[in-house]
Amino acid sequence: MIGSQTKTMRDVFLEQIYRIMKRNKKIFFLSADFGAPTLDSIRKDYPDRFINVGIAEQNLINVSTGLALEGFTVYAYGIASFLTMRAFEQIRINLAMLSQIRQVNVNLIGVGGGMSYVVSGPTHHCLEDLSIIRTLPNILLFSPSDWVLAEQFANYTINNKGPKYIRFEGKPVVQIYDEKQKIDFTKGFNQLFRGEKICIVSNGYMTHRALEVRDTLASENIKVGVIDVFLLKPLNEKLLYERLKQYKYIITIEEAFLGKGGLDSLISDILTKNKSSIVLNKMGIGDSYTFNIGNREYLHKINNLDGIFIAKKIKKLLSKI
Amino acid sequence: MFKLLQQKADGIRQETLKLHLLCPETRIASSLSCIEILTVLYYGKIVKFDSKNIFAEDRDRFIISKGHGSIGMYPILADLGFFDKNELQKIGKEGSFLGGIPDPIIPGYETINGSLGNGLGVACGLALALKQKKLTSKVFVLVGDGELNEGSIWEAVMFASHHKLDNLILIIDNNKASMLDFCRNIINLEPLEEKFKVFNWEVFRVEGHNCQKLYKLFVKVKNSHDDKSKVIIADTIKGKGVPRLENDPLSHIKTLKKDEVELLLKGSE
Repeated sequence: MIGSQTKTMRDVFLEQIYRIMKRNKKIFFLSADFGAPTLDSIRKDYPDRFINVGIAEQNLINVSTGLALEGFTVYAYGIASFLTMRAFEQIRINLAMLSQIRQVNVNLIGVGGGMSYVVSGPTHHCLEDLSIIRTLPNILLFSPSDWVLAEQFANYTINNKGPKYIRFEGKPVVQIYDEKQKIDFTKGFNQLFRGEKICIVSNGYMTHRALEVRDTLASENIKVGVIDVFLLKPLNEKLLYERLKQYKYIITIEEAFLGKGGLDSLISDILTKNKSSIVLNKMGIGDSYTFNIGNREYLHKINNLDGIFIAKKIKKLLSKI
Repeated sequence: MFKLLQQKADGIRQETLKLHLLCPETRIASSLSCIEILTVLYYGKIVKFDSKNIFAEDRDRFIISKGHGSIGMYPILADLGFFDKNELQKIGKEGSFLGGIPDPIIPGYETINGSLGNGLGVACGLALALKQKKLTSKVFVLVGDGELNEGSIWEAVMFASHHKLDNLILIIDNNKASMLDFCRNIINLEPLEEKFKVFNWEVFRVEGHNCQKLYKLFVKVKNSHDDKSKVIIADTIKGKGVPRLENDPLSHIKTLKKDEVELLLKGSE
């Protein structure tokens, strides 16, 4: 039985890192002046291995690289949009490029993927990171939809020695996965519900939206599938296609710009590679920033990503069959 | 000893010019300004290395942040046994690991050096790691003066002094010019010593083409223990040894012709 605990994935992940740091002395935790309640314990109990580099994302990545070259596992923590975009070149040369030649286990923890920072506006909304990080060779891209995934991924960061980008939702979310079951990170995705003709493919926060739409339509006897992609890279694309090909329609929903290399492009590539006739509908943020203020629901509504709109869209598609 | 070092530097300068002929894409003017610095670091046994065990834990780490301007490292590394000397003749050719800008596929290079302004930050991480591991090795970093325009350098400068990284030695190849002009006409860096002093670094200044002065200063700095990161401003001449390049604000993008180099090599015999 899957529980229904609501937790912030960042906190659960950091608690796990705290425990690992207790027995593993070869870990550094670096922050670009960004905090969390759990981080206070790391800072207090491991003062020689916690460093606040200040508001300096470029240096955060560079210092992390130096530590990693000396064999330390490093966590580099910051606000997702600044971590990935202010320091993109440092990530490119020192993590993506250098890790092809030498071991660089730097784990970027970006908090606030998508529209997590609801009222902070477009500087803090992070809608480009999935696309730009996915263009970089050698970097793993993890975008969990719940805290169970986040918790289990902590151990994976120690054993998997390459650089990684971890994209966390900032707000608490209800659990999706069973904490007693071991997640298979080599697979990269999970079909949460099997549908009939149509399937929603999503990541992160939007998987909750997908589940909401699935529930709404289930009450009208429409069976919609839901596939949660938590590792955009590397991903077992062959296995994912085996699931996708059971459907006539695929809808991707993501808090990212449409058609710019994010989840929708990933799925589109898989369908093209397989010469598939499945119809793909991409849903995400259009080609403009959102300055409007309001809650997450409102932001989704004005970007046509709310549950009602998505459910209508699905019904419209099904009526054509 | 100093005479020998100076002769060695002259030899490395000639080798570097020959490599430039084989691969004209190499940045020759920028490479010629730091020949004495590199020579003294390696042949003066300032940087501790083991060419047969290049990642030896007790080695000194040397980050060459001005990667494009370090072609002089190629003949040095080959001569000291980091790789086969025959590799030098393959520079820029298919299958070679020696290109216009060195990458860590070359034995003896620690990091990616093609993008300016990042070496010092990485060096801070190394220095911190060495302290955590209780190793007494030093971290040397070579940057160009033009590279100091990069904001990431100053993020690292502040970090180093705050964390008292006294095992970190920054060497500035102060050749006074970047790509398009003399630095003083682009972003004037002077007073450079004062800049580092107010950031709480220990500052030294030296004639960058004088092997004796370089050696004595390197020894002094390496043995200085005062909780401060060290910076050595080495005043150099861009294109040193090639009259046509010296004092040319555009020397960075100039290439030399075969007969010109041959004349220079002949003249130095």
